[in-house]
Amino acid sequence: MNSPDLLILLPLFLYLILVYGLAFYSNRILSKAGNFIEEYFIGSRGMGGFVLAMTLVATYTSASSFVGGPGVAYKMGLGWILLSMVQLPAAWLTLGVLGKRFAIVARRIDAVTVNDFLRERYKSKAVVILASTSLIVFFIAAMVAQFIGGARLFEGVTGLSYNTGLIVFAVTVIIYTTVGGFRAVALTDAVQGCVMIAGTTALLFGVISLGGGVEQIISDMRDIDPALITPFGPDNFISKPFIMSFWVLVCFGVIGLPHTAVRCFGYRDSRSMHRAIVISTLVVGFLMLGMHLCGAFGRVIVPGLEVGDMIMPKLIVTVLPPVFAGLFLAGPLAAIMSTIDSQLIMASAAIVKDLYLNYIRPGDLSNSRTVEKDRSVRKLSFWVTSIVGIIVFAASFNPPDLIVWINLFAFGGLQAGFLWPLVLGLYWEKANAAGAFASMVAGISSYFYFMIFVKRFLGMHVIVPTLLIALLVFIVVSLFTFREEDRMSEIFRKG
Amino acid sequence: MSLLNGGKSARTGFEQANREALYSVGLALIYMAWWYFTSYGAGEIDTSEYSYILGFPSWFFLSCIAGYLIFSAMAFLMVHFLFREISLDGDDQEPKKGVK
Repeated sequence: MNSPDLLILLPLFLYLILVYGLAFYSNRILSKAGNFIEEYFIGSRGMGGFVLAMTLVATYTSASSFVGGPGVAYKMGLGWILLSMVQLPAAWLTLGVLGKRFAIVARRIDAVTVNDFLRERYKSKAVVILASTSLIVFFIAAMVAQFIGGARLFEGVTGLSYNTGLIVFAVTVIIYTTVGGFRAVALTDAVQGCVMIAGTTALLFGVISLGGGVEQIISDMRDIDPALITPFGPDNFISKPFIMSFWVLVCFGVIGLPHTAVRCFGYRDSRSMHRAIVISTLVVGFLMLGMHLCGAFGRVIVPGLEVGDMIMPKLIVTVLPPVFAGLFLAGPLAAIMSTIDSQLIMASAAIVKDLYLNYIRPGDLSNSRTVEKDRSVRKLSFWVTSIVGIIVFAASFNPPDLIVWINLFAFGGLQAGFLWPLVLGLYWEKANAAGAFASMVAGISSYFYFMIFVKRFLGMHVIVPTLLIALLVFIVVSLFTFREEDRMSEIFRKG
Repeated sequence: MSLLNGGKSARTGFEQANREALYSVGLALIYMAWWYFTSYGAGEIDTSEYSYILGFPSWFFLSCIAGYLIFSAMAFLMVHFLFREISLDGDDQEPKKGVK
């Protein structure tokens, strides 16, 4: 290894130390916590405004916003940035729509996971088991995609091998999530958010000055292909129906993502939520705009690249001096790690809390808690978190090509399953178990069918027909099977 | 009902929360309209006729850069003027220890 590599690795190394520090801090709080489950899986509902904002940002931005997305912007130009800006309202939509009602109800029923909410609302074993298993499967797929993105990036920037990157990276995420639980996840998300902002600023500044200013870059892009500076991209790839369907996929549909929803009852008070809406909107907008601009402008700086995922690493190495490159590399790695960690802790929660403690060993949850039972739950939680992490890690060694699409697959599948059971469960009195179950099955299976066999539906992303089908099935089945005892109970209605 | 008595205090926590949910969806729809009309309004013409703001094509500047700034500000105003602080814990007001 030569010296520039060391300079790149230095900020990365410092950053990893900080992350480990936060994990052990969280672990100390965890060991003193009265209610282990509530602390480990939801951080005792203590997130303040800034941490809540950053942890939400972390779940929206992932490998696709830092590696895949800018790679596509490189090929598509400004139109792809227009598409990415669709995500701006995500924070105020998720926090606002699930809202305080969700937070209040969650407190009343002591919900620690999204499935706890579904269980209390629908009183149905089938709904909870289906929800938990689909959550676990989709999260594992999404985490693999994230690991691959992270390792690729690491490989591209440092010159170390893909496997080395994967190992450093995976070991860190698995350890801090296992050891520190939700609190470590939220705190590292906050640090990672700041790193992402710094990294994006540095790269954007570098790209613009190397390209000779905005005006020059835009005119160079126009010389390469005029379509790059239109909203449509080359060959009209970003057609109107296609881009409009992203309003469903990355904006309105995001309300239904379980790892976003769980944050909507993990905050401390109303004020935290208000501050979080403002901060995360600012940060999400800045990161989306900044990163995709870098990708699109990169076309002028390093022309002629073919593999989408290699564009960002190439750009980083070309544009930034080594220390900044290391800082920048930490940015997307942070985005990726922070997405994986939240999925890892939730997959673990689904296994431990939603499946094992509810249906296999219900005694361990009851009021007659003993020190012994408590200790066994602790042990189990640590083991499950680390084993799920290791499975994902093992699956990441043989990677497929364009990670954006894999990521979107799990992303859409989760929305198809969870959006309506959550939103209708919260707001519609007649939503019942049969409706929720049928909707989840119809949503997830039609999403798979559309993704594999139809690809685009009337020019739109297939999430649009999928969510419509899931909604219709939910309403029709609920209305037909509704009995008076299904009606939403007062816990969910009064307040 | 709460409109009739104009009462800020008469509204229950859930009624307030329901309103906030509607405001949020409303603001997202307004942003969507802004995004759509600025981008296609000024961008759906031949590139030789493009005008520019600060070096960016006007459609891009208006929809992505100005849109970002304006609607971040709108989110602040919405939260500041339309959202209210309500207790999430119901009756038991025990203070929670939290993540800083």
